[in-house]
Amino acid sequence: MTAAESYYGRPVLKPPVWKVPDVPLYLYLGGLAGASSTMALLADLTGRDRLAGAGRLAAAVGATASVGALVHDLGRPTRFLNMLRVFKPTSPLSVGSWILAPFSALSGAAAASELTGRLPGAGRAAAAIAGAIAPAMTTYTAVLLADTAVPGWHAVYRELPFVFAGSAVSSAGAVGMLAAPEESAPARRMAIAGSVLELVAARRMHRGAGLVGEVYQQGRASAVLRAARTLTCLGLGAAVLAGRSRTARVASGLCLNAAAAATRYGIFEAGRASARDPRYTVMPQRTS
Amino acid sequence: MSFVARNRLSGPLADPAGDAGYPPDHPERVGFFTDTSVCIGCKACEVACKEWNLLPEDGMDLTGMSYDNTGALGATTWRHVAFVEQESTVDLGMPGMGGDQVRWLMSSDVCKHCTHAACLDVCPTGALIRTEHGTVLVQDDVCNGCGYCVPACPYGVIDIRPDTGGAAKCTMCHDRLGAGLMPACATACPTESIQYGPLDELRERAALRVSELHEQGITDARLYGQDPADGVGGAGAFFLLLDEPEVYGLPPDPVVTTRDLPSMWRHAAGAALTAAAVIAGCFLGRKR
Repeated sequence: MTAAESYYGRPVLKPPVWKVPDVPLYLYLGGLAGASSTMALLADLTGRDRLAGAGRLAAAVGATASVGALVHDLGRPTRFLNMLRVFKPTSPLSVGSWILAPFSALSGAAAASELTGRLPGAGRAAAAIAGAIAPAMTTYTAVLLADTAVPGWHAVYRELPFVFAGSAVSSAGAVGMLAAPEESAPARRMAIAGSVLELVAARRMHRGAGLVGEVYQQGRASAVLRAARTLTCLGLGAAVLAGRSRTARVASGLCLNAAAAATRYGIFEAGRASARDPRYTVMPQRTS
Repeated sequence: MSFVARNRLSGPLADPAGDAGYPPDHPERVGFFTDTSVCIGCKACEVACKEWNLLPEDGMDLTGMSYDNTGALGATTWRHVAFVEQESTVDLGMPGMGGDQVRWLMSSDVCKHCTHAACLDVCPTGALIRTEHGTVLVQDDVCNGCGYCVPACPYGVIDIRPDTGGAAKCTMCHDRLGAGLMPACATACPTESIQYGPLDELRERAALRVSELHEQGITDARLYGQDPADGVGGAGAFFLLLDEPEVYGLPPDPVVTTRDLPSMWRHAAGAALTAAAVIAGCFLGRKR
């Protein structure tokens, strides 16, 4: 595109004002917490107490830290409460707040019961309800990004939830492997299956994005996403070996969580880059 | 989905204020028609807007872009005059100085007050509302500065004000409208480039003006944003342009992002169920 086809090369859109690392962390922690919670529920139902406990703790820590990151981005805790003054189905952030608030409260209660040993029945019930809401935690953040005019996010709205879901499942599996080694078989399978889902969905996402797909293949976003992909592959490989080797288990757990955080940051950064360059706003609108 | 069937998310919508719940006797929808063919770039609109709305200065930097030192619309610039300086072989019918001719396109940009406003749709707190006049307004006391409206706007209009932390944009001088006055920019415009009035009336006037220009041989003249069937359901502020929209920094074919929201939620739900199924699948098999 020549300079004559945009206004002095200036962006058409306003880039997102959301802060780094607050918002990428919020995206990563929410996914981790959601998948951990469902893992805890199923571990509980199948009599794997250690894994259930680890999942509940990860869900509570992840959800609380995720709310913390959101509050830090907003500036004041009351601003998060302000999100709950209405319920708006057209606003993914409103819907997300209404998923996040009960989820984090229930996960927190479940973890508190787990740690103190008090009210075990209520704690179990809270964990069960949280575990049922939890899959929504892993994907609503994809809608949050996609429901914008940011070309790099909106163009991939079909694939993005699957990337986030896969990444969430693998990072939760990784936490399960680290925290409950003696019951880690399902967690290991989660790490493997989640990684595969993430890699396949990410590949589809990059291919299907058209011109805007460039932002995923250049600059900082590309470097971060390449690192994320390498870490996912390493974590996946290590997870396959983790049944026998403690080193492989630990390596896999660390790699997959680093990969999940990097994936969120890379996608966030790609969107920002796509908003800054008028090409990605103008050209797809010209051809469609 | 009933939202889609009734054009709640996109498509033509005759009465946005009525759709937002105002009783049938609400005032008629008003808007701006900005005829850039008579804009002289005096910036009276920018200044009048700043004066009336008590907006602070944006810094005294020179952009180096023709006579434009404002750059873009922003949280404290609600009218922005673009100066497009084109060096071309256009024959202006004037004595030449040798070499390329220069033509200036001047255009006063403003919030489009879309029929389907993405900023309003995605706002999680209800701070952004449809007014009785059919315009889009930020309620400063409700806005919590989450910034979701910023990347949602397909025109890059709304932004966060650094001094207040809240989102801000053109109100179409809501306070003046209530008192039966014209917005400050339209009042100050010496050439009637900015015309204010009932939207239906402006659309008729604009159609006449564009055919008048076509008769004069100015075939590049075109209307932008007046079509109720366009991606934002027709803008409440539309323009007569003398070149492609992107030349003025406008997106050629903007779409309200929430048009795709039902599909986004369906994909997210599919991904969430996939995550749940994957996790459940990992718990099948032998216990360990």
